[in-house]
Amino acid sequence: MARLLEVHNLSVGFGNAQPVKGVSFTATPGEMLAIVGESGSGKSLTALGLMGLLPRHAKTGGEIHFDGRDLLKLPEKELRGIRGRDIAMIFQEPMTSLNPVMTIGDQIVEVLRIHEKLNHKQARLRAIELLDLVSIPDAAKRVDDYPHQLSGGMRQRVMIAIAVACSPRLLIADEATTALDVTIQAQVLQLLDRLRSQLNMAVILITHDLGLVAQWADRVVVMYAGRKIEQGLPDVLFETPYHPYTQGLLAASPRLKADYHYRDGPLTEIPGSIVSAAAELGCAFRPRCPVARSACGSSVPALVQLSAEREVACPYVPAIAEASYAASVRR
Amino acid sequence: MPLLSVDRLSTHYPARDGTVRAVDDVSLEIVEGETVALVGESGCGKSTLGKSLMRLVNPTSGQVTFKGRDVAALTGKELQSVRRHIQMIFQDPFASLNPRQTIRTILTSPLAVHGIGDGKSREAIAASMVAHVGLPANSLSRYPHEFSGGQRQRIGIARALILQPELVICDEPVSALDLSIQAQILNLLVEMKSELSLSYLFISHDLSVVRYFADRVLVMYLGRIVESAPTAKLWNDAKHPYTQALLAAVPDPSRRKQAASITGDLPSPHNPPSGCRFHTRCPLATDICRTDDPIYTQLGGGHTVACHHAQ
Repeated sequence: MARLLEVHNLSVGFGNAQPVKGVSFTATPGEMLAIVGESGSGKSLTALGLMGLLPRHAKTGGEIHFDGRDLLKLPEKELRGIRGRDIAMIFQEPMTSLNPVMTIGDQIVEVLRIHEKLNHKQARLRAIELLDLVSIPDAAKRVDDYPHQLSGGMRQRVMIAIAVACSPRLLIADEATTALDVTIQAQVLQLLDRLRSQLNMAVILITHDLGLVAQWADRVVVMYAGRKIEQGLPDVLFETPYHPYTQGLLAASPRLKADYHYRDGPLTEIPGSIVSAAAELGCAFRPRCPVARSACGSSVPALVQLSAEREVACPYVPAIAEASYAASVRR
Repeated sequence: MPLLSVDRLSTHYPARDGTVRAVDDVSLEIVEGETVALVGESGCGKSTLGKSLMRLVNPTSGQVTFKGRDVAALTGKELQSVRRHIQMIFQDPFASLNPRQTIRTILTSPLAVHGIGDGKSREAIAASMVAHVGLPANSLSRYPHEFSGGQRQRIGIARALILQPELVICDEPVSALDLSIQAQILNLLVEMKSELSLSYLFISHDLSVVRYFADRVLVMYLGRIVESAPTAKLWNDAKHPYTQALLAAVPDPSRRKQAASITGDLPSPHNPPSGCRFHTRCPLATDICRTDDPIYTQLGGGHTVACHHAQ
């Protein structure tokens, strides 16, 4: 399928710090791509980079091809035409991302008037349709509500209505359900999943929640300390994780082994924290890695493609070791 | 005799128009050495219940009996002496530590407040506590901002355990932490529990963590406990439709793209629905649910449920 988004070697830097160190991935229309990582992995900065919302003093590198155009090279004026119309984003905190002194209807109308050149009356009707689309009951009445009159789950639905108002081709959801209760989280993901197929829109789900990814994503990118360290289809990736970090995350997650109890023994830990990655010259995960060798400290492991959808950045993964051994024998 | 028993506890907050019944007629028991989890959605009253047990919030009515003493009726010195045995660990390791105090001050203040030891012995206790929870030995003279989120939570745990409490109320202790750190903290809590023979009330919205960590689970909805059972039993044989919905909503790779388990939002505790409070979202609701409050049914094996339709 034609690629909608092609991110190539994206990097983001602030002064001497380089929180995103060359990330590449793609997204196709109608696909739900998950980017997983813990705080400090660079996943949110990657998202802001896609939206062109990084602070002015951020230094970016690489390319972001969206529909054939490199977003990093576009002037701000052209970017404004894309942002909010072709690429939209929803954030974690629905309380702070809505304007408290505007009705939710007016906030949707605002987007429609800017991007779709509708008059006020048409835009209001469309706003009601959109509230209906995101399953807000009594949309015609709720359109005049202020954000504080809505629950957290409803506010996130309104955020989604604003985001999809112009039928974007790419929707970025940055921890969009993290602040919500599980029952509401399931409803919101179901909504995103429905809109994705209804509008044939690509969704990038940025999250730290592996259970959510396993249940909803079509493809998964795992990030650690500013780099992509593994990629795969969710069932394969969760069944046989290759990178020691991905393995550690899955082992440390109580969610994925439902019958395990503290009286049976401790959870598998990943020792240390991501803070240790900053000083590393080689593999950023080395200080926490159970299988680290001395060579891991000298150079950053390359991302190796094992199959169409499987990539991993660790030379000591058996599958990679075998592949490189086979290559050396052929030589 | 249970370590803690709560009998018909209610905590209501005054509001501009009426009252918010955050905790409404709740009874529970925690026996020594037990980890009891309290689960429910935000706004169900689980944190208020935790705070009421320590009298950080004053309950409106009911009894909280800790080792034979009614905490709800105590004042002054007596209340303080009970609080020494009930300690709390909070969710946010950034907001719950005073940024202007060194770890030394944070850890020795509880000892000073309760008049334990002199300056020198307090320092020694603090130093051994620091080692106990896995913090670097030079932590005492440092400030909270010098530590990572996981380490800060270790400081919070050290502060709660330094008085050698018997009951620790953990209010979402791992929800603000990254997954790779969560396991470290959960393991530490389990370790501390067996070393110091603690009992926990573990307040959480994360059912997968609860599955691992709790011996018994109480499910709370809009100020009421709707079901309670030993952990494995609740997972395999939940009777209340709300518990079933909560369990079904936990993301699970084996249920790809499955429909949401319940619709609608949590109603306001300000004006809870009549009859069974869950009837507005319940798939099984009938007329009786709209009018009559369900009573608790004992199902045997420590399994209790409040539902007109649970078999």
